[in-house]
Order: sequence, then structure tokens, then C-alpha cells
Amino acid sequence: MTEISLPESLRDVEPVRSVRTPAQLDYEFTAGDATTRFLTGITQKKIIGQRATNESRVYVPPRGADPELGAATPIEVEVSQVGTVVSFCVVNLAFYGSVMEIPYTSALILLDGADLAVMHLIQEIPADEVRIGMRVEAVWRDDEDIEPTLESIKWFRPTGEPDDPNVRIPGEIRGTGLGSWVDGVAPTELVVRNPRTGEGGTSEFGGEG
Amino acid sequence: MTDGLESGDVLRAPLIIEYPFSRTTGPVVGAFLTGLREKVLVGSKAQDGRVVVPPAEFDPVSGDDLTELVEVGPQGTIATWAWVTEPHAKHPLAEPFAWVLVTLDGADTPMLGALKATGIEAVTTGARVVPVWAEEREGRIEDIAHWELVP
Repeated sequence: MTEISLPESLRDVEPVRSVRTPAQLDYEFTAGDATTRFLTGITQKKIIGQRATNESRVYVPPRGADPELGAATPIEVEVSQVGTVVSFCVVNLAFYGSVMEIPYTSALILLDGADLAVMHLIQEIPADEVRIGMRVEAVWRDDEDIEPTLESIKWFRPTGEPDDPNVRIPGEIRGTGLGSWVDGVAPTELVVRNPRTGEGGTSEFGGEG
Repeated sequence: MTDGLESGDVLRAPLIIEYPFSRTTGPVVGAFLTGLREKVLVGSKAQDGRVVVPPAEFDPVSGDDLTELVEVGPQGTIATWAWVTEPHAKHPLAEPFAWVLVTLDGADTPMLGALKATGIEAVTTGARVVPVWAEEREGRIEDIAHWELVP
């Protein structure tokens, strides 16, 4: 490193080597109609989705539109507080802003009656026992702490029911091999085709190429 | 079926996104920040003899490494300025103030600062200013709390 010549006054002091430069963006989030209705439901300990027609998909949390139909979703539907883990991730690293003790599990949970999975925490079970297909239920904060935020549900915990062997990510017709169980076949039994080269895979589940 | 909500019924909440970066200063910027902590202002001496403040790591003309740091100031002269009538939350002063480019005594380039003044009429190009140091300093630009006019 190049030698720097300092003025007399700075020769015998501890040099500064790093500086904090946090970047902070201050927004105001406007929930909009659909999310406001959802969060208002949360204050009554209800999980409310929306759908476009009585036959179409139920979206939880609702965004006000059905992206498949390109239609507004004016029909409100209360869904169950019990659902199935469709995917999950065990977090083993603490990160800035996180208040969770590691390891913990973040999961996509398909609530009964819903066609879109919500992301939430799984607790009251060791992280290495969480599995796809596990049945879980919402655990709410104490009544006086309920606010219009999804954090009013503290986490989900196992119900103790038998696993659902047919669970798959909503909307998925053919297995991706990335966590879904097609016709009850565990993903480890699928061979996934490389989407670029077409190598490997099985004709049944591995893709078209 | 639901009807649209009245706009007053729609929920709103603050949403703050923060990235907790810290960066390595290197020896030149590090020396400048060390100086702020010690209430000393430094610049770097360029090959043509000019003193650049805040110090540059490379000569502005040739691009060669600059290695000689010299003390400047602490007083300086306003090179140019802009009055801020309505400071926002992230400005260094809560009341109306002037952004000033200050050419420190012994320096050949001006540096930016926030000048506390009684009003726009008190600020003139060429006026003499002096830094007001923060009580607690840790080696960052906020160690200069603000600048003020030399009485």
C-alpha cells in the first residue's frame, strides 16, 4: 500500500478505517381496498380471501384482481386457519433486522379453501422435523395485541393430523420436481430434466423438452 | 359482493427500508475522517501544488496517487451558496439554512457544508466561516455539526 504522509496532528491517533453509511428509504404504504379488507379481517381473527366468481380461485391474501382471469375479485371468502405446508426454508443465519432465534422455519402454507399460499413461520416443532405436506394451524397473539398486520398471527404450528401426501403448489399441473408431490410421488423419486440442455429427466414429469 | 372502500377507510402505514452498509475508507478518506474526529481538516497536495479538500486519492490532472496530506482551515471563505427555505427531515439543520461551498484557508477547492445563519440576508459570497464541531465525534462528516459565520 502506498505510504501516506500525515500532518503532525494526525500521526499518533487511531485512524478511522470504516464508516457507517446506511441507506434508508422512508415510504408510506397504502394498503388499497383488497389488503385493507384482509387486514381488517385479521383484526377480527379471520383470514379473508377474495375471488372473481364462485368457481374461480380464492386468493389469500387478496390483491383485488384474479391474474388468471384478468378480473376483479369482489367476492369475499373466509378461509380456514388450518392448512398444509407446500414449501419451506430453514433459516440458519441471523441477518440485520431479524428478531427470530435461529434456526427457524419460514414456509408457504396453503390454507384450506384457498388457492394461493401465504408465507409465514412454523414454530412449536424442531426445524428439522418440518416437512412438505405437514398440516398446520394459525397461532394468534393475545386478543389485546391483535393489530391490522399479518404479525397478529404469531406463527403456525402442527395440528397433529396426518400429512397430506397430495399437496402441490397451487396452479401447478405437472410437477417441477422442486418440492411438489405429483400423484403422491415424493420429489426424490423424480428426475428433473435440465431446462436448457434437455438432459436427464423422465418423460412423465420432467418437462416437455 | 363488496363495494369500494371510501378512501378514508383504506389503511396506511410507514414503510421504512434500511440497508445497514458500512464501507472501508482507505488511507486517504480515512485520514480526512480521522481529522474530523480530532477537529482537524486535511486536504491532499496535488502534483501542481494545489491542495484538494476533501482529499483525493488520485491527482485530478495526472491520475497519479496522492500521498501528502496537509492541514487546512479551520476557517474558510464562502465560494457560493444556496438558501434552503424549507429543510426536510434528512437535512442537517431543522431551521432554514444555507448550503455553502467553503474554500478553506490553504485549500484550492471548496467543500460542501451547511451554514447556520439568522437569515438569507446574512449570507454573502466571500463571507468568512468556521466549523462548529459536534460534541461527540466518531470520524464521519456529521462530526462537523454545521458551519457558522465568523463574527
